[in-house]
Amino acid sequence: MYSEKVMDHFQNPRNMGEVENPDGVGEVGNPQCGDVMRITIKVDEKEDRIEDVKFKTLGCGAAIATSSMVTELAKGKRLDEAEEISKKVVADALGGLPPQKMHCSNLASDGLKKAIEDYRSRHGN
Amino acid sequence: MQKAIFLDNAATTRTGAGVVKAMQPWLEQNFGSPATLYSLGSQAKQAIEDARQSLAGLIGAEAKDIFFTSGATESNNWAIKGVAEALAEKGRHIITNQAEHHSILMPLRYLEKKGWDISYLPVDGDGLVDPDAISAAIRPDTVLITTVHANHEIGTIQPVAEIGRIAAEKKIAFHVNAAQTVGHIPVDVNSLGAHLLSISGHKFYGPKGVGALYLKRGVRITPLFHGGSQEKKRRAGTHNVPGIVGIGEAARIARNSMDAEIEKLSGLRDYIFAWVEKNIEDIRINGHRTRRLPNNVNFSLEGIEGESIMLSLSYPTAEGARPVFISTGSACVSGNLEPSHILLALGLPAELAHGSVRISMAKEDTREDIDYALEAIAAVAERLRNMSPVYKRGDKKCTAFDKSAGCDCEAAS
Repeated sequence: MYSEKVMDHFQNPRNMGEVENPDGVGEVGNPQCGDVMRITIKVDEKEDRIEDVKFKTLGCGAAIATSSMVTELAKGKRLDEAEEISKKVVADALGGLPPQKMHCSNLASDGLKKAIEDYRSRHGN
Repeated sequence: MQKAIFLDNAATTRTGAGVVKAMQPWLEQNFGSPATLYSLGSQAKQAIEDARQSLAGLIGAEAKDIFFTSGATESNNWAIKGVAEALAEKGRHIITNQAEHHSILMPLRYLEKKGWDISYLPVDGDGLVDPDAISAAIRPDTVLITTVHANHEIGTIQPVAEIGRIAAEKKIAFHVNAAQTVGHIPVDVNSLGAHLLSISGHKFYGPKGVGALYLKRGVRITPLFHGGSQEKKRRAGTHNVPGIVGIGEAARIARNSMDAEIEKLSGLRDYIFAWVEKNIEDIRINGHRTRRLPNNVNFSLEGIEGESIMLSLSYPTAEGARPVFISTGSACVSGNLEPSHILLALGLPAELAHGSVRISMAKEDTREDIDYALEAIAAVAERLRNMSPVYKRGDKKCTAFDKSAGCDCEAAS
């Protein structure tokens, strides 16, 4: 049911954990629905770039794989570029997701956007 | 790939070697339809009657009261729709409970849309139905009471005989879904007071695609399938001869092996409960601890989700690791994005239903395999909890769970 890429990211997640003293934190989802993601970022202020990004995720295989993929896609990107990472971009990078997983478990890009918003609100721009 | 450890026997079992052997001649050589008069047909007819006798013997019934079907889903549909239709003039009220299998609940919802009134009684925190609540729910227009014998997900065994006595006293038809119990624990239609009882072949080492409905003489029921005159005109369609031979053989084997299976598997079950309670933190056992199927274990793990547990176990990454197959009540595998309605009926908060694990054993399982699976589950739980943003060790949060005295969540607060 899952692509090889999804299984790879599920079994060997990239950037799992929490960034120390994060500049931005984004949490999305709800344990009642079975999916919660927490994205933490470190931002290079001068370059406006994501220096480091990590995730922690409660959820199904797709939830964990999309979280892992979003951190790979975001790492090193400028904030405005990282904000362009959509659910579709994440799913495509994973070689597709089963239709029922597109909405409920593909929240990682929202988590990343929230972390960027959080960074911006803390830095007043 | 290393040999997998299959612990999902409540879903389906491996067809026994003896069963396969018994079925084989009826596929290739003796393929005739029992409805025909030439010798190829009459041999098949005899084989069916032998199987009927064997299955009847397993449940304390008379052979003539056994009707072969395609499985428990058909038997349940037939029992519910057939009795409802036959007794529609008498009344249109049916009593069941919230923790039933979908093959009970969906036919009832179908009837509901057509004007029947269904009482879905609550169950307690262990999944037990209260017979007094059934008594209280009975009305003059009640025509059927249906209950599962043992729940497929949490293994809880219902007080069926007690409900049967109530049904007999009020002269109401009583249907028992015994898909999980026939062949595994003693089932006696008379002591249970069942008028109708559903049986599934593949749940007790028989083949898939065959089952039966026990129909006590005198029960009024319309057929589900209309057509030829098979099964005394009550279930049309050419007999599944190999399947029927297979379920008959599975029943014969079960009569001989049941006592040993119960002793072995209830021992393993209690061993697993003790092991997980000792070795995995923040779990909750689901279902009744003792009034329970010998082969069923179900527990919830705080802070993680069932599909990721199931996937991690079935696709282990370590070299030489054995896949372990279990099941979960998580929404992610349900197909309807809802967590198990059975765990919710117990009063579990959704997050604990998502994080549930069901282990269901087979008679050939060994202590070595179980130990391997338990270590694998503990390792997966540890890994996923490290990944979880909500899990905090020792911090049980199931505050919504106030239905059962069995929840010890407040201990950690």
